Amino acid sequence: MPYRLLRFALNKHYPEPRMFTEPRPLKESYDVVIIGAGGHGLGAAYYLARDYGITNIAVLEKGYIGGGNTGRNTAIVRSNYLTPEGVRFYAESVRLFSELSEDLDFNLFYSERGHFTLAHSDSSLRTMRWRAEVNKHLGVNSYVIGPEEIKRICPYMDLECGGLMPVVGALYHPPGAIVRHDAVAWGYAREANRRGVEIHQKTLVTGIDVKDGAVAGVETDRGYIRTNKVLSAVAGYTPRITNMVGLRTPIIVQPLQACVTEPLKPWLDSIVVSGSLHIYVSQSSRGELVMGASLDPYILHSERSSLDFVEGLAAHLLDLFPFLSGVKVNRQWAGMSDMTPDFSPIMGKTPIQGFYLDAGWGTWGFKATPVCGTTMAYTVANDAPHELIKPFRLSRFAEYDLVGEKGAASVGH
Amino acid sequence: MKLLRCPINGLRPLQEFVFGGEVRTMPDPAACSDAEWADYVFNRDGAPGVQKEWWYHLPSGTWFIAERDNLKDEVIRTYLYGEDNRAEAGR
Repeated sequence: MPYRLLRFALNKHYPEPRMFTEPRPLKESYDVVIIGAGGHGLGAAYYLARDYGITNIAVLEKGYIGGGNTGRNTAIVRSNYLTPEGVRFYAESVRLFSELSEDLDFNLFYSERGHFTLAHSDSSLRTMRWRAEVNKHLGVNSYVIGPEEIKRICPYMDLECGGLMPVVGALYHPPGAIVRHDAVAWGYAREANRRGVEIHQKTLVTGIDVKDGAVAGVETDRGYIRTNKVLSAVAGYTPRITNMVGLRTPIIVQPLQACVTEPLKPWLDSIVVSGSLHIYVSQSSRGELVMGASLDPYILHSERSSLDFVEGLAAHLLDLFPFLSGVKVNRQWAGMSDMTPDFSPIMGKTPIQGFYLDAGWGTWGFKATPVCGTTMAYTVANDAPHELIKPFRLSRFAEYDLVGEKGAASVGH
Repeated sequence: MKLLRCPINGLRPLQEFVFGGEVRTMPDPAACSDAEWADYVFNRDGAPGVQKEWWYHLPSGTWFIAERDNLKDEVIRTYLYGEDNRAEAGR
């Protein structure tokens, strides 16, 4: 038995410092209330405390820290997007992610793997070239490679896909990485908490008090809080929150499912995505294959998983890697994706004074966690949108000024 | 297997159907303002609850309306457009 464990057994008190302080009663008022203790909300709290000295913050979470989509995604980080607005934004996120372990003094297991987006047809190859050119122009390392190069980097792949959908090329993005997603939430929570931010788990927001078009307070199941600034960072629960302030948005909610297999010997060191086969797969540091697919095909406010999903996913995985036929699926789960019509987020100020939105994160939210933290902290602190998120403002729909990112979504949703 | 009742073909597996989104009323494009039109084109009632939705039965080419609770994923009833009053019970 390791001594460390023995120390726990013999000690009357818990010998390790806790990551977060014990919950205490809610105060009467806060400078900022953040709804949602996922990576985005906690990130914003951390940067507000670190960069702007605003520490009188309550982060309200109806469940537990990182229990929503932060802990339900497939942990992929990349910046090979399609629009200049998107590429700039996600490139900053990848940069922040690569330094985050040191910044938070917490090992996030950030692991650069290289990211393939496979093309099975001329038309998808054309989109890959387009993305590669936009990426290159903005300084993001991303280029198109042919089947020989794919075979060299990932020798176990059946490039013929059983003869049905041969791989004709791929967009290769060397900085593509995976990160331990729970640790991102915990790291932000610990560092925000250490600077005085209060994190109230199991606290449900039941209403938002708006007076004369400005936020005056937040109603919770543990009492009323006065505040002039509310940041909503609740992903799939966004429509319930925006309804509280009477704000209309284009967001609809659809489940996105994922699963992991039993652990295998390390054999896949890159991240493989195929839009046509509706699959993305990587191998975690524990050896499990982490896999996801496209959205469930209709609106549903539920985190249930389905047999249809594993069946479809397994069939497509076997097209690419036939030797996995004997591997078992260990767990499956789902998250609620808040989808927007243009596959870009909705961030920044809203027509309600003091109500800030970090939403529309659909299937692309985790990779943006740190940059959402910094830009939303800037936006809340200065009451003015950060330059990087201006294209993602809510009013872009009324202005018919969309940011079309569907071509860069990992799979054709 | 999940089943959905097509008003023409009866109970069929969900895989035969395509979701067509919320049933909405189009404002008069000639008379409404740009803001009203944008609201119609983009904005949706995204919160959970019972919603009227378009569904399409692919093999028979039938568009119809389903009233569905999208929190519990329970279909309340399905009917053809314009047949609200003669609707049969779903599922």
